Amino acid sequence: MNPKRTAAVVLRQYYLMRNSLSRVLPLFAWVGIDMVLWGFITRYLNSVASPGFNFVPAMLGAVLLWDFFSRVMQGVTMAFFEDVWSRNFLNFFATPLTISEYVGGLVASSIATSSVGLMVMLVVTTFAFGLSFLSYGLLVVPFLLVLFMFGIALGIVGSGMVLRLGPASEWFVWPIPALLSPFAGVFYPLETLPGWMQYISHILPPSYVFEAMRAIVAGRPVSLGSLGLSAGLAVLYIAVASWFFTRMYRHAVRTGLIARYSAETVS
Amino acid sequence: MKARAVLSVSGLTKVYGETLAVDGITFEVEQNEIVGLLGPNGAGKTTTINMILGVLEATSGSISVDGLDLGLQRSKALSRTNFAAVYAPLPGNLTVYNNLRIFGMIYGVKHLSDRIDALLSQFDLERFRNTKCGVLSSGEQTRVALAKAMLNSPKLLLLDEPTASLDPATAREIRVTIREFAGQGSGGVLWTSHNMYEVEEVCDRVLFLSKGKILLEGNPKTLPREYGKETLEDLFITVAREPLTLDIA
Repeated sequence: MNPKRTAAVVLRQYYLMRNSLSRVLPLFAWVGIDMVLWGFITRYLNSVASPGFNFVPAMLGAVLLWDFFSRVMQGVTMAFFEDVWSRNFLNFFATPLTISEYVGGLVASSIATSSVGLMVMLVVTTFAFGLSFLSYGLLVVPFLLVLFMFGIALGIVGSGMVLRLGPASEWFVWPIPALLSPFAGVFYPLETLPGWMQYISHILPPSYVFEAMRAIVAGRPVSLGSLGLSAGLAVLYIAVASWFFTRMYRHAVRTGLIARYSAETVS
Repeated sequence: MKARAVLSVSGLTKVYGETLAVDGITFEVEQNEIVGLLGPNGAGKTTTINMILGVLEATSGSISVDGLDLGLQRSKALSRTNFAAVYAPLPGNLTVYNNLRIFGMIYGVKHLSDRIDALLSQFDLERFRNTKCGVLSSGEQTRVALAKAMLNSPKLLLLDEPTASLDPATAREIRVTIREFAGQGSGGVLWTSHNMYEVEEVCDRVLFLSKGKILLEGNPKTLPREYGKETLEDLFITVAREPLTLDIA
Protein backbone atom coordinates (compact mmCIF):
# COMPACT_ATOMS: atom_id res chain seq x y z
CA MET A 1 0.00 0.00 0.00
CA ASN A 2 1.41 3.36 -1.09
CA PRO A 3 0.54 6.09 1.49
CA LYS A 4 1.11 8.85 -1.07
CA ARG A 5 -1.68 7.52 -3.25
CA THR A 6 -4.00 7.28 -0.22
CA ALA A 7 -3.03 10.86 0.64
CA ALA A 8 -4.04 11.90 -2.89
CA VAL A 9 -7.58 10.59 -2.26
CA VAL A 10 -7.70 12.58 1.00
CA LEU A 11 -6.27 15.67 -0.69
CA ARG A 12 -9.06 15.49 -3.27
CA GLN A 13 -11.60 15.68 -0.42
CA TYR A 14 -9.72 18.59 1.14
CA TYR A 15 -9.71 20.50 -2.15
CA LEU A 16 -13.45 19.88 -2.50
CA MET A 17 -14.20 20.99 1.07
CA ARG A 18 -12.07 24.09 0.94
CA ASN A 19 -14.21 27.09 -0.01
CA SER A 20 -17.33 24.92 -0.34
CA LEU A 21 -19.93 25.99 2.21
CA SER A 22 -22.36 23.30 1.01
CA ARG A 23 -19.80 20.64 1.95
CA VAL A 24 -18.44 22.18 5.16
CA LEU A 25 -21.75 23.17 6.74
CA PRO A 26 -23.21 19.63 6.95
CA LEU A 27 -20.10 18.49 8.85
CA PHE A 28 -21.33 20.25 11.95
CA ALA A 29 -24.65 22.03 11.31
CA TRP A 30 -27.03 19.08 11.61
CA VAL A 31 -25.26 17.44 14.52
CA GLY A 32 -25.12 20.82 16.26
CA ILE A 33 -28.87 21.29 15.78
CA ASP A 34 -29.47 17.73 16.99
CA MET A 35 -27.51 18.42 20.17
CA VAL A 36 -29.47 21.62 20.84
CA LEU A 37 -32.81 19.88 20.24
CA TRP A 38 -32.00 16.87 22.41
CA GLY A 39 -30.32 19.07 24.98
CA PHE A 40 -33.59 20.90 25.59
CA ILE A 41 -35.59 17.65 25.53
CA THR A 42 -33.35 16.13 28.20
CA ARG A 43 -33.48 19.33 30.24
CA TYR A 44 -37.28 19.21 30.10
CA LEU A 45 -37.35 15.51 31.01
CA ASN A 46 -35.11 16.24 34.01
CA SER A 47 -37.61 18.86 35.18
CA VAL A 48 -40.69 16.58 34.99
CA ALA A 49 -39.20 13.19 35.93
CA SER A 50 -38.59 12.02 39.45
CA PRO A 51 -35.39 13.49 40.92
CA GLY A 52 -32.26 11.38 40.97
CA PHE A 53 -32.11 10.33 37.36
CA ASN A 54 -30.13 12.53 34.99
CA PHE A 55 -31.32 12.30 31.38
CA VAL A 56 -28.37 14.30 30.07
CA PRO A 57 -25.73 11.54 30.13
CA ALA A 58 -28.32 8.84 29.37
CA MET A 59 -30.12 10.43 26.42
CA LEU A 60 -28.07 13.36 25.19
CA GLY A 61 -24.92 11.24 25.45
CA ALA A 62 -26.66 8.49 23.48
CA VAL A 63 -27.71 10.91 20.73
CA LEU A 64 -24.17 12.27 20.57
CA LEU A 65 -22.67 8.80 20.21
CA TRP A 66 -25.25 7.77 17.60
CA ASP A 67 -24.70 10.96 15.60
CA PHE A 68 -20.96 10.30 15.73
CA PHE A 69 -21.52 6.80 14.30
CA SER A 70 -23.77 8.22 11.54
CA ARG A 71 -21.21 10.91 10.68
CA VAL A 72 -18.43 8.32 10.38
CA MET A 73 -20.51 6.25 8.00
CA GLN A 74 -21.53 9.28 5.95
CA GLY A 75 -17.92 10.48 5.93
CA VAL A 76 -16.99 7.37 3.94
CA THR A 77 -20.01 7.38 1.65
CA MET A 78 -19.89 11.13 0.95
CA ALA A 79 -16.23 10.89 -0.08
CA PHE A 80 -17.19 8.00 -2.37
CA PHE A 81 -20.20 9.87 -3.79
CA GLU A 82 -17.92 12.72 -4.84
CA ASP A 83 -16.37 10.31 -7.33
CA VAL A 84 -19.81 9.09 -8.39
CA TRP A 85 -21.11 12.62 -8.97
CA SER A 86 -18.05 13.78 -10.90
CA ARG A 87 -17.82 10.53 -12.92
CA ASN A 88 -14.27 10.04 -11.75
CA PHE A 89 -14.10 6.24 -11.62
CA LEU A 90 -12.48 5.80 -15.01
CA ASN A 91 -9.84 8.42 -14.19
CA PHE A 92 -9.10 6.93 -10.76
CA PHE A 93 -9.25 3.22 -11.50
CA ALA A 94 -7.13 3.45 -14.67
CA THR A 95 -4.22 4.58 -12.46
CA PRO A 96 -1.87 2.63 -10.16
CA LEU A 97 -4.30 3.35 -7.29
CA THR A 98 -5.28 0.06 -5.61
CA ILE A 99 -8.63 -0.67 -3.98
CA SER A 100 -7.07 -0.74 -0.50
CA GLU A 101 -5.42 2.64 -1.12
CA TYR A 102 -8.68 4.09 -2.42
CA VAL A 103 -10.80 2.77 0.47
CA GLY A 104 -8.03 3.83 2.88
CA GLY A 105 -8.38 7.35 1.50
CA LEU A 106 -12.14 7.30 2.03
CA VAL A 107 -11.65 6.12 5.64
CA ALA A 108 -8.99 8.76 6.34
CA SER A 109 -11.31 11.43 4.93
CA SER A 110 -14.06 10.18 7.22
CA ILE A 111 -11.76 10.39 10.26
CA ALA A 112 -11.18 14.05 9.49
CA THR A 113 -14.80 14.98 8.75
CA SER A 114 -16.33 13.02 11.64
CA SER A 115 -13.80 14.51 14.07
CA VAL A 116 -15.09 17.97 13.18
CA GLY A 117 -18.65 16.84 13.93
CA LEU A 118 -17.59 15.22 17.21
CA MET A 119 -15.77 18.35 18.36
CA VAL A 120 -18.80 20.54 17.66
CA MET A 121 -21.13 18.12 19.46
CA LEU A 122 -18.82 18.01 22.49
CA VAL A 123 -18.62 21.78 22.65
CA VAL A 124 -22.41 22.25 22.41
CA THR A 125 -23.32 19.50 24.88
CA THR A 126 -20.60 20.39 27.39
CA PHE A 127 -21.04 24.15 27.48
CA ALA A 128 -24.79 24.43 26.81
CA PHE A 129 -26.15 21.37 28.61
CA GLY A 130 -23.44 20.28 31.04
CA LEU A 131 -22.80 16.84 29.54
CA SER A 132 -19.41 15.64 30.70
CA PHE A 133 -17.74 12.84 28.78
CA LEU A 134 -15.62 12.36 31.88
CA SER A 135 -18.68 10.83 33.55
CA TYR A 136 -18.25 7.78 31.29
CA GLY A 137 -14.63 7.46 32.42
CA LEU A 138 -12.03 5.85 30.19
CA LEU A 139 -14.69 3.64 28.66
CA VAL A 140 -15.60 6.49 26.34
CA VAL A 141 -12.54 5.50 24.30
CA PRO A 142 -13.78 1.99 23.41
CA PHE A 143 -17.29 3.42 22.95
CA LEU A 144 -16.05 5.80 20.26
CA LEU A 145 -13.72 3.21 18.77
CA VAL A 146 -16.46 0.58 18.34
CA LEU A 147 -18.88 3.09 16.85
CA PHE A 148 -16.16 4.42 14.58
CA MET A 149 -15.23 0.95 13.29
CA PHE A 150 -18.86 -0.04 12.71
CA GLY A 151 -19.50 3.28 10.93
CA ILE A 152 -16.51 2.62 8.66
CA ALA A 153 -17.78 -0.90 7.91
CA LEU A 154 -21.26 0.34 6.98
CA GLY A 155 -19.79 3.20 4.93
CA ILE A 156 -17.74 0.73 2.90
CA VAL A 157 -20.77 -1.55 2.43
CA GLY A 158 -22.90 1.44 1.33
CA SER A 159 -20.23 2.49 -1.17
CA GLY A 160 -20.03 -1.07 -2.51
CA MET A 161 -23.81 -1.14 -2.96
CA VAL A 162 -23.76 2.07 -4.97
CA LEU A 163 -20.81 0.82 -7.02
CA ARG A 164 -22.81 -2.28 -7.87
CA LEU A 165 -26.29 -0.76 -8.36
CA GLY A 166 -25.46 2.61 -9.89
CA PRO A 167 -25.66 6.29 -8.90
CA ALA A 168 -29.42 6.33 -8.20
CA SER A 169 -29.02 3.68 -5.50
CA GLU A 170 -27.41 6.15 -3.10
CA TRP A 171 -30.92 6.55 -1.73
CA PHE A 172 -30.50 3.09 -0.13
CA VAL A 173 -27.49 4.30 1.83
CA TRP A 174 -28.85 7.38 3.59
CA PRO A 175 -31.49 5.61 5.77
CA ILE A 176 -29.17 2.82 7.01
CA PRO A 177 -28.45 4.45 10.43
CA ALA A 178 -32.19 5.14 10.96
CA LEU A 179 -33.02 1.53 10.06
CA LEU A 180 -30.49 0.22 12.58
CA SER A 181 -31.28 2.57 15.45
CA PRO A 182 -34.32 0.66 16.81
CA PHE A 183 -32.19 -2.50 17.02
CA ALA A 184 -29.18 -0.76 18.55
CA GLY A 185 -31.12 0.33 21.64
CA VAL A 186 -29.88 3.89 21.48
CA PHE A 187 -32.53 5.20 23.89
CA TYR A 188 -33.79 2.10 25.70
CA PRO A 189 -32.44 -1.17 27.15
CA LEU A 190 -32.39 -4.11 24.75
CA GLU A 191 -34.74 -6.06 27.02
CA THR A 192 -37.46 -3.59 25.92
CA LEU A 193 -37.36 -5.19 22.48
CA PRO A 194 -39.21 -8.35 21.45
CA GLY A 195 -37.10 -11.50 21.25
CA TRP A 196 -36.55 -11.49 17.46
CA MET A 197 -35.32 -7.91 17.56
CA GLN A 198 -32.93 -8.72 20.39
CA TYR A 199 -31.32 -11.41 18.24
CA ILE A 200 -30.50 -8.74 15.65
CA SER A 201 -29.34 -6.36 18.39
CA HIS A 202 -26.77 -8.89 19.56
CA ILE A 203 -25.01 -8.89 16.22
CA LEU A 204 -24.83 -5.08 16.15
CA PRO A 205 -21.74 -3.65 17.91
CA PRO A 206 -23.43 -0.33 18.88
CA SER A 207 -26.02 -2.14 21.01
CA TYR A 208 -23.25 -3.23 23.42
CA VAL A 209 -21.95 0.34 23.60
CA PHE A 210 -25.35 1.77 24.53
CA GLU A 211 -25.97 -0.99 27.09
CA ALA A 212 -22.59 -0.21 28.66
CA MET A 213 -23.30 3.51 28.62
CA ARG A 214 -26.62 2.98 30.45
CA ALA A 215 -24.89 0.72 32.98
CA ILE A 216 -22.41 3.51 33.79
CA VAL A 217 -25.20 6.09 34.18
CA ALA A 218 -27.15 3.71 36.46
CA GLY A 219 -24.04 2.96 38.51
CA ARG A 220 -23.96 -0.70 37.48
CA PRO A 221 -20.77 -2.54 36.49
CA VAL A 222 -19.94 -2.61 32.78
CA SER A 223 -19.30 -5.95 31.13
CA LEU A 224 -15.86 -5.55 29.58
CA GLY A 225 -16.36 -8.93 27.88
CA SER A 226 -19.39 -7.55 26.03
CA LEU A 227 -17.45 -4.49 24.97
CA GLY A 228 -14.64 -6.73 23.76
CA LEU A 229 -17.18 -8.77 21.81
CA SER A 230 -18.56 -5.61 20.19
CA ALA A 231 -15.04 -4.54 19.19
CA GLY A 232 -14.41 -7.99 17.73
CA LEU A 233 -17.69 -7.82 15.81
CA ALA A 234 -16.80 -4.37 14.46
CA VAL A 235 -13.40 -5.60 13.25
CA LEU A 236 -15.10 -8.60 11.63
CA TYR A 237 -17.59 -6.29 9.87
CA ILE A 238 -14.77 -4.12 8.51
CA ALA A 239 -13.16 -7.24 7.06
CA VAL A 240 -16.48 -8.39 5.56
CA ALA A 241 -17.20 -4.89 4.21
CA SER A 242 -13.76 -4.72 2.55
CA TRP A 243 -14.34 -8.13 0.99
CA PHE A 244 -17.79 -6.99 -0.22
CA PHE A 245 -16.43 -3.77 -1.77
CA THR A 246 -13.64 -5.68 -3.51
CA ARG A 247 -16.21 -8.13 -4.92
CA MET A 248 -18.37 -5.28 -6.20
CA TYR A 249 -15.33 -3.61 -7.77
CA ARG A 250 -14.28 -6.85 -9.49
CA HIS A 251 -17.81 -7.30 -10.78
CA ALA A 252 -17.72 -3.76 -12.17
CA VAL A 253 -14.38 -4.43 -13.88
CA ARG A 254 -15.53 -7.78 -15.26
CA THR A 255 -18.74 -6.38 -16.72
CA GLY A 256 -17.36 -3.02 -17.84
CA LEU A 257 -19.53 -1.05 -15.41
CA ILE A 258 -16.57 1.07 -14.22
CA ALA A 259 -16.08 2.44 -17.72
CA ARG A 260 -19.83 2.97 -18.28
CA TYR A 261 -20.92 3.80 -14.76
CA SER A 262 -23.49 6.44 -15.67
CA ALA A 263 -25.42 3.75 -17.58
CA GLU A 264 -26.09 2.12 -14.14
CA THR A 265 -26.19 -1.33 -15.73
CA VAL A 266 -24.37 -3.04 -18.55
CA SER A 267 -27.23 -5.35 -19.46
CA MET B 1 17.59 -4.42 -34.00
CA LYS B 2 13.89 -4.42 -33.11
CA ALA B 3 12.79 -1.78 -30.61
CA ARG B 4 11.43 -2.94 -27.29
CA ALA B 5 7.64 -3.26 -27.08
CA VAL B 6 5.98 -0.92 -24.57
CA LEU B 7 2.68 -2.72 -25.13
CA SER B 8 2.17 -6.37 -25.99
CA VAL B 9 -1.36 -7.62 -26.50
CA SER B 10 -1.85 -11.31 -27.17
CA GLY B 11 -5.05 -13.15 -28.05
CA LEU B 12 -7.15 -10.48 -26.33
CA THR B 13 -10.84 -11.36 -26.27
CA LYS B 14 -13.86 -9.77 -24.63
CA VAL B 15 -17.29 -11.36 -24.65
CA TYR B 16 -20.37 -9.55 -23.26
CA GLY B 17 -23.05 -12.18 -22.84
CA GLU B 18 -23.38 -13.50 -26.39
CA THR B 19 -21.69 -10.50 -28.01
CA LEU B 20 -18.09 -10.91 -29.08
CA ALA B 21 -16.72 -7.36 -28.70
CA VAL B 22 -13.02 -8.12 -29.19
CA ASP B 23 -11.99 -11.30 -30.93
CA GLY B 24 -8.52 -12.57 -30.07
CA ILE B 25 -6.47 -9.60 -31.22
CA THR B 26 -2.68 -9.59 -31.03
CA PHE B 27 -0.47 -6.56 -31.58
CA GLU B 28 2.41 -4.56 -30.16
CA VAL B 29 3.35 -0.93 -29.74
CA GLU B 30 7.09 -0.31 -29.75
CA GLN B 31 9.17 2.42 -28.18
CA ASN B 32 9.02 5.71 -30.10
CA GLU B 33 6.14 4.41 -32.18
CA ILE B 34 2.66 5.85 -32.66
CA VAL B 35 0.13 3.20 -33.58
CA GLY B 36 -3.32 4.18 -34.80
CA LEU B 37 -6.21 1.98 -33.75
CA LEU B 38 -8.87 2.60 -36.38
CA GLY B 39 -12.29 1.26 -37.06
CA PRO B 40 -15.96 2.16 -37.32
CA ASN B 41 -18.09 2.82 -34.25
CA GLY B 42 -18.60 -0.39 -32.31
CA ALA B 43 -15.52 -2.06 -33.81
CA GLY B 44 -14.02 -2.65 -30.35
CA LYS B 45 -11.50 0.19 -30.09
CA THR B 46 -12.66 1.62 -26.75
CA THR B 47 -13.24 -1.88 -25.36
CA THR B 48 -9.61 -2.67 -26.24
CA ILE B 49 -8.36 0.55 -24.63
CA ASN B 50 -10.43 -0.07 -21.49
CA MET B 51 -8.86 -3.53 -21.16
CA ILE B 52 -5.37 -2.07 -21.55
CA LEU B 53 -6.25 0.51 -18.86
CA GLY B 54 -7.30 -2.27 -16.49
CA VAL B 55 -10.88 -1.00 -16.07
CA LEU B 56 -12.33 -3.88 -18.05
CA GLU B 57 -11.39 -7.50 -17.51
CA ALA B 58 -10.55 -9.49 -20.62
CA THR B 59 -12.38 -12.77 -21.16
CA SER B 60 -9.07 -14.24 -22.32
CA GLY B 61 -5.67 -13.17 -23.57
CA SER B 62 -2.88 -11.17 -22.01
CA ILE B 63 -1.65 -7.58 -21.87
CA SER B 64 1.79 -6.46 -20.81
CA VAL B 65 3.00 -2.88 -20.43
CA ASP B 66 6.75 -2.33 -20.62
CA GLY B 67 7.24 -6.02 -19.85
CA LEU B 68 4.86 -6.04 -16.86
CA ASP B 69 1.85 -8.34 -17.02
CA LEU B 70 -1.25 -6.22 -16.37
CA GLY B 71 -3.12 -9.10 -14.74
CA LEU B 72 -0.31 -9.94 -12.32
CA GLN B 73 1.30 -6.54 -11.70
CA ARG B 74 -1.60 -4.19 -12.28
CA SER B 75 -0.42 -1.25 -10.19
CA LYS B 76 3.15 -1.30 -11.54
CA ALA B 77 1.98 -1.68 -15.13
CA LEU B 78 -0.50 1.19 -14.79
CA SER B 79 2.13 3.45 -13.21
CA ARG B 80 3.85 3.33 -16.62
CA THR B 81 0.65 4.05 -18.52
CA ASN B 82 -1.54 7.11 -18.88
CA PHE B 83 -4.44 8.14 -21.04
CA ALA B 84 -6.68 10.90 -22.31
CA ALA B 85 -10.14 10.28 -23.67
CA VAL B 86 -13.00 12.57 -24.60
CA TYR B 87 -15.38 10.48 -22.49
CA ALA B 88 -13.23 10.77 -19.34
CA PRO B 89 -12.91 14.46 -18.44
CA LEU B 90 -11.18 15.34 -15.19
CA PRO B 91 -13.51 16.29 -12.30
CA GLY B 92 -15.05 19.64 -13.19
CA ASN B 93 -15.39 20.75 -9.55
CA LEU B 94 -11.62 20.95 -9.06
CA THR B 95 -9.17 23.41 -10.56
CA VAL B 96 -6.65 22.47 -13.22
CA TYR B 97 -3.85 22.62 -10.64
CA ASN B 98 -5.81 20.57 -8.07
CA ASN B 99 -6.47 17.81 -10.59
CA LEU B 100 -2.87 17.69 -11.80
CA ARG B 101 -1.60 17.62 -8.21
CA ILE B 102 -3.90 14.73 -7.23
CA PHE B 103 -3.11 12.61 -10.28
CA GLY B 104 0.58 13.47 -10.01
CA MET B 105 0.58 12.06 -6.47
CA ILE B 106 -1.26 8.93 -7.59
CA TYR B 107 1.29 8.36 -10.36
CA GLY B 108 4.17 9.05 -7.95
CA VAL B 109 5.59 11.91 -10.04
CA LYS B 110 8.84 13.28 -8.64
CA HIS B 111 9.34 17.07 -8.33
CA LEU B 112 5.61 17.35 -8.94
CA SER B 113 5.29 21.14 -8.64
CA ASP B 114 7.96 21.69 -11.29
CA ARG B 115 6.38 19.06 -13.52
CA ILE B 116 2.95 20.69 -13.24
CA ASP B 117 4.43 24.12 -14.07
CA ALA B 118 6.16 22.66 -17.13
CA LEU B 119 2.98 20.98 -18.38
CA LEU B 120 0.84 24.08 -17.78
CA SER B 121 3.30 25.97 -19.94
CA GLN B 122 3.56 23.25 -22.59
CA PHE B 123 -0.22 23.03 -23.04
CA ASP B 124 -0.80 26.78 -22.73
CA LEU B 125 -2.81 26.35 -19.55
CA GLU B 126 -1.03 28.78 -17.22
CA ARG B 127 -3.90 31.25 -17.17
CA PHE B 128 -6.30 28.44 -16.23
CA ARG B 129 -4.15 27.18 -13.36
CA ASN B 130 -6.75 28.09 -10.71
CA THR B 131 -9.81 27.69 -12.92
CA LYS B 132 -12.22 24.84 -12.28
CA CYS B 133 -12.07 22.30 -15.10
CA GLY B 134 -15.86 22.30 -15.42
CA VAL B 135 -15.95 25.87 -16.72
CA LEU B 136 -13.30 25.37 -19.39
CA SER B 137 -14.24 24.95 -23.04
CA SER B 138 -14.13 21.41 -24.39
CA GLY B 139 -10.87 22.18 -26.18
CA GLU B 140 -9.30 23.53 -23.00
CA GLN B 141 -10.51 20.48 -21.08
CA THR B 142 -8.88 18.27 -23.69
CA ARG B 143 -5.59 20.09 -23.16
CA VAL B 144 -5.90 19.56 -19.39
CA ALA B 145 -6.57 15.85 -19.98
CA LEU B 146 -3.47 15.68 -22.19
CA ALA B 147 -1.40 17.45 -19.52
CA LYS B 148 -2.63 14.86 -17.01
CA ALA B 149 -1.77 12.10 -19.47
CA MET B 150 1.81 13.40 -19.73
CA LEU B 151 2.32 13.85 -15.96
CA ASN B 152 4.24 10.62 -15.40
CA SER B 153 6.03 10.63 -18.79
CA PRO B 154 4.35 7.28 -19.47
CA LYS B 155 5.92 4.41 -21.35
CA LEU B 156 2.53 3.79 -22.90
CA LEU B 157 0.25 6.69 -23.76
CA LEU B 158 -3.32 5.84 -24.74
CA LEU B 159 -5.19 8.55 -26.60
CA ASP B 160 -8.83 8.00 -27.50
CA GLU B 161 -9.77 10.69 -30.05
CA PRO B 162 -7.58 13.29 -28.31
CA THR B 163 -8.15 16.05 -30.88
CA ALA B 164 -11.88 15.50 -31.40
CA SER B 165 -12.93 18.79 -29.79
CA LEU B 166 -9.95 20.94 -30.74
CA ASP B 167 -9.78 23.69 -33.36
CA PRO B 168 -7.45 22.90 -36.30
CA ALA B 169 -4.61 25.10 -35.02
CA THR B 170 -4.65 23.60 -31.52
CA ALA B 171 -5.08 20.10 -32.94
CA ARG B 172 -1.95 20.61 -35.03
CA GLU B 173 0.00 21.76 -31.96
CA ILE B 174 -1.18 18.72 -30.04
CA ARG B 175 -0.11 16.41 -32.86
CA VAL B 176 3.33 17.99 -32.82
CA THR B 177 3.51 17.55 -29.03
CA ILE B 178 2.54 13.89 -29.26
CA ARG B 179 5.06 13.31 -32.03
CA GLU B 180 7.76 14.93 -29.89
CA PHE B 181 6.73 12.75 -26.97
CA ALA B 182 7.08 9.61 -29.06
CA GLY B 183 10.28 10.77 -30.75
CA GLN B 184 12.26 12.03 -27.77
CA GLY B 185 11.57 9.67 -24.89
CA SER B 186 11.21 5.94 -24.65
CA GLY B 187 7.43 5.84 -24.78
CA GLY B 188 4.96 4.62 -27.36
CA VAL B 189 1.47 5.80 -28.22
CA LEU B 190 -1.74 3.98 -29.06
CA TRP B 191 -4.03 6.50 -30.77
CA THR B 192 -7.61 6.25 -31.92
CA SER B 193 -9.09 8.83 -34.24
CA HIS B 194 -11.71 9.16 -36.94
CA ASN B 195 -9.70 11.90 -38.63
CA MET B 196 -7.82 10.01 -41.35
CA TYR B 197 -5.76 13.06 -42.35
CA GLU B 198 -4.51 13.24 -38.79
CA VAL B 199 -3.82 9.51 -38.62
CA GLU B 200 -1.80 9.64 -41.82
CA GLU B 201 0.21 12.59 -40.50
CA VAL B 202 0.88 11.22 -37.03
CA CYS B 203 0.86 7.43 -36.99
CA ASP B 204 3.78 5.20 -37.92
CA ARG B 205 1.50 2.21 -38.23
CA VAL B 206 -2.25 1.61 -38.20
CA LEU B 207 -4.43 -1.31 -37.17
CA PHE B 208 -7.87 -1.52 -38.75
CA LEU B 209 -10.36 -3.09 -36.37
CA SER B 210 -13.66 -4.45 -37.63
CA LYS B 211 -16.13 -6.47 -35.57
CA GLY B 212 -13.50 -7.01 -32.89
CA LYS B 213 -10.80 -8.33 -35.24
CA ILE B 214 -7.71 -6.72 -36.69
CA LEU B 215 -8.49 -6.72 -40.39
CA LEU B 216 -5.53 -4.77 -41.76
CA GLU B 217 -2.22 -3.52 -40.48
CA GLY B 218 0.47 -1.35 -42.04
CA ASN B 219 1.91 2.04 -42.84
CA PRO B 220 -0.93 4.59 -43.21
CA LYS B 221 0.86 6.25 -46.12
CA THR B 222 1.17 3.09 -48.23
CA LEU B 223 -1.68 0.91 -46.96
CA PRO B 224 -4.46 2.47 -49.10
CA ARG B 225 -2.64 1.73 -52.37
CA GLU B 226 -1.87 -1.81 -51.27
CA TYR B 227 -5.63 -2.36 -51.25
CA GLY B 228 -6.41 -0.35 -54.37
CA LYS B 229 -7.71 2.74 -52.61
CA GLU B 230 -6.80 6.37 -53.16
CA THR B 231 -6.84 7.54 -49.55
CA LEU B 232 -6.88 6.21 -46.03
CA GLU B 233 -10.43 7.51 -45.73
CA ASP B 234 -11.54 5.41 -48.73
CA LEU B 235 -9.92 2.39 -47.11
CA PHE B 236 -11.64 3.18 -43.79
CA ILE B 237 -15.04 3.38 -45.47
CA THR B 238 -14.47 0.07 -47.23
CA VAL B 239 -13.42 -1.58 -43.97
CA ALA B 240 -16.50 -0.15 -42.28
CA ARG B 241 -19.06 -1.03 -44.99
CA GLU B 242 -17.70 -3.75 -47.25
CA PRO B 243 -14.86 -5.52 -45.48
CA LEU B 244 -15.42 -8.68 -47.52
CA THR B 245 -14.52 -6.85 -50.75
CA LEU B 246 -10.95 -6.35 -49.53
CA ASP B 247 -8.35 -8.72 -50.86
CA ILE B 248 -6.89 -9.83 -47.53
CA ALA B 249 -4.33 -12.59 -47.72
